[in-house]
Amino acid sequence: MLRLENVLKRYKTGDVALKNVSLEIPDGQVIALIGPSGAGKSTLIRCVNRLVEPTEGKIYLGDTELTTLPPRELRKARRRMGMIFQEYALVERLTVMENVLSGRLGYVGFWQSFFRKFPKKDVQEAYRLLDRVGLMHMADKRADELSGGQRQRVGICRALIQDPDLLLVDEPTASLDPKTSRQIMRLINELCDERGLAAIINIHDVLLAQMYSQRVVGLKEGEIVYDGPPDGLKPDVLTEIYGEEDWEATIEDVDEDEEEASSK
Amino acid sequence: MSQPQTSYPDYWKKPPFIKRPWLRWGLIIGTVVYVIVALGTMDVNWVRVWEGLPRGRKLLASFFPPNFADSRGVIIDGILESIWMAIIATIGGIILSVPVGLGAARNLSPRWVYLFCRFIVSASRTFPEIIIAIFAVKFFGFGPFAGFVALSIGTVGFFAKLLAEDIEAMNKTQAESVRSTGSNWFQWVNYAIQPQVMPRMIGLSLYRLDINFRESAVVGIVGAGGIGAHLLTSISRYEYDTTASILLVIIVIVISLEYISGYLRKWVQ
Amino acid sequence: MPKIDTADGPVWQRRRTSKQRLIWFGWLIAVAIAAYAWHLISEKTIWFFVWDAPQQMVDISRRMVPPAWSYMDVLWKPIWDTLNIATIGSMISMAIAIPVAFAAAHNTTPHKLVRAFALLIIVATRSINSLVWALLLVVIVGPGVLAGTLAIGIRSIGGCAKLLYESIEEINQTQVEAIEATGASPAQKMIYGVLPQVLPTFAGVGVFRWDVNVRGSTILGIVGAGGIGVQLNGSINTLAWTQVSMILLVILVAVILSEWISAKVRHAII
Repeated sequence: MLRLENVLKRYKTGDVALKNVSLEIPDGQVIALIGPSGAGKSTLIRCVNRLVEPTEGKIYLGDTELTTLPPRELRKARRRMGMIFQEYALVERLTVMENVLSGRLGYVGFWQSFFRKFPKKDVQEAYRLLDRVGLMHMADKRADELSGGQRQRVGICRALIQDPDLLLVDEPTASLDPKTSRQIMRLINELCDERGLAAIINIHDVLLAQMYSQRVVGLKEGEIVYDGPPDGLKPDVLTEIYGEEDWEATIEDVDEDEEEASSK
Repeated sequence: MSQPQTSYPDYWKKPPFIKRPWLRWGLIIGTVVYVIVALGTMDVNWVRVWEGLPRGRKLLASFFPPNFADSRGVIIDGILESIWMAIIATIGGIILSVPVGLGAARNLSPRWVYLFCRFIVSASRTFPEIIIAIFAVKFFGFGPFAGFVALSIGTVGFFAKLLAEDIEAMNKTQAESVRSTGSNWFQWVNYAIQPQVMPRMIGLSLYRLDINFRESAVVGIVGAGGIGAHLLTSISRYEYDTTASILLVIIVIVISLEYISGYLRKWVQ
Repeated sequence: MPKIDTADGPVWQRRRTSKQRLIWFGWLIAVAIAAYAWHLISEKTIWFFVWDAPQQMVDISRRMVPPAWSYMDVLWKPIWDTLNIATIGSMISMAIAIPVAFAAAHNTTPHKLVRAFALLIIVATRSINSLVWALLLVVIVGPGVLAGTLAIGIRSIGGCAKLLYESIEEINQTQVEAIEATGASPAQKMIYGVLPQVLPTFAGVGVFRWDVNVRGSTILGIVGAGGIGVQLNGSINTLAWTQVSMILLVILVAVILSEWISAKVRHAII
């Protein structure tokens, strides 16, 4: 279970990205975090694994209080949180296999990782995951030879091989075409399901958020303005989050898409 | 989690950077052998090295604190000569570079002019400024004039090459549109080419001034004027105080030149 | 250009005249400086020698041909030494420049003070010409190849480290973030996140510097620091002009070859 208590983030520039955000995510729940650009979605996710240090407030992962952990403990805690990035953030000049195995870095020592001598079961798990996402044959390719969708799959493998309790997913589809976006979102959903993972998925596409989550949280200017089921996103709610716009069309689309998705 | 359908390999090795094994091992072994042989033929006189270490310490000590007082006049004189030499060599070099650079641009000049100018460029680029300076001293006698000639030649090699490359890479349609107005060759160069290459050339000339100053500090070692002669004398007379202060002054000037030229270049572009 | 508020007339015209004035002023200063510099230089010049120069040139050129081909037998060892000075010197400098570069890049430096110190090393080694380093080292370790190798090695630290740390600062930071997010230690972050991104540039810088150093190592012998410069200096001092032309030919070939090799290798890497 992940719990945020009054998390506040003020950047050095003085901008306040998060204003006293409190949020609780039970084990195994997939939530979508929506909101306009600059609402603090990315900051929120990065505060959880402390790629960005929260200014105030507390964050608990299970019983562990994350915000005060010293570096060594923090690294241990990070192993329990897999992160998936917007621009895939694969190390482009490393092979696919190395990128996947880099998810185990928190578990192996320096020289082991330096000579790429990962434990046998890590390698096996890496192959299993690559097979699961359909990229087994790409293991020795360099990451920059892959297409966007393939890269994101590798990114997913890297996060899953950490054997995490929680996935932090930052705009996984922002650089992908609509079809690949859906495939990736479905894959993340399935994998969370298979492994009983909780996930926070940042996404600006309301449609995808509704299709692939159990709960939607709307963020506006660093504050939570909506927290409820996906079908509760009525025009007035969307107006509250994003501002005035004709939302009817968007919501109609959702219904059609959901039918389409469920008929598959 | 569902149990695995098949068993997966538990061993993975990073594919080697160089795929062909013979080439890979050849390069590795070749490098090792080379380094061993190279170090083996270096003929180091360790006794002499050991004897020299106290001198090194003494030399280092004279930097902290530096002593500028003893030989101030000489240092200022030499440094100024170096600076003026660098400036006039940069200007002279650039003036010479313009025709050479125009001639060495393929899209501007007839073939024989192009080949001739290219030859000048590569000839002046090949030899280090110091070697050119040695000959300049032979031809023109000791003093800053020889240094001026040597650095100017170096500048031509550097500047004309970049100018030519810049002209070759410029926007063709702009050049053609001016040409189509019926202008003559000089008007064409003046209106179509100069505006396109000018900002970068000003930046490059400042950069070259920077290089020329560094070189002007050493051409004195072979008698071509500037601070280098004093540096050489101070070392051979074991006056390390003077050596240290000369080096510090050079460092300070190089840093400030780099800073100023960086600032001006930003301002120009 | 500074922005000028205007009530009368179109803005572009005002800008243009003020800019034009500035440019003219710049030219005026440049001409004044050039004239003054020329005045100073010419005061120290014995013009008789200058007017005599064409005569000298013709004379020496005539004495240079044909090159003393047989002198080549003596030159093999100095050529080998020159190459070693450049190659081993480049290796030494890269070995030192890499840690210095990581200390100097603001995204990998452990501390501000460490960064300042690294930048100081870069500036100090870079500002002083390798010939000057050679002069100092000849005093300390004695004349010979060792002094030359160390001179090239020290001089190149700054040159290499500057290019290296600029490339480290240009890396994609999210790739490093992604490695950090897995729970990797700082050292692991370095070898998985940073190093793969900069390694090709590092190799390119090393080869580029080697090419520069081959040129540079041909002259170190002038101050006794080994290499073919020793023979060049000796032959010039004894007025053995046919030997001089032979040595110049050798240097020419070495410079062209090293430039060619370095271009080929860099092309293969990047």
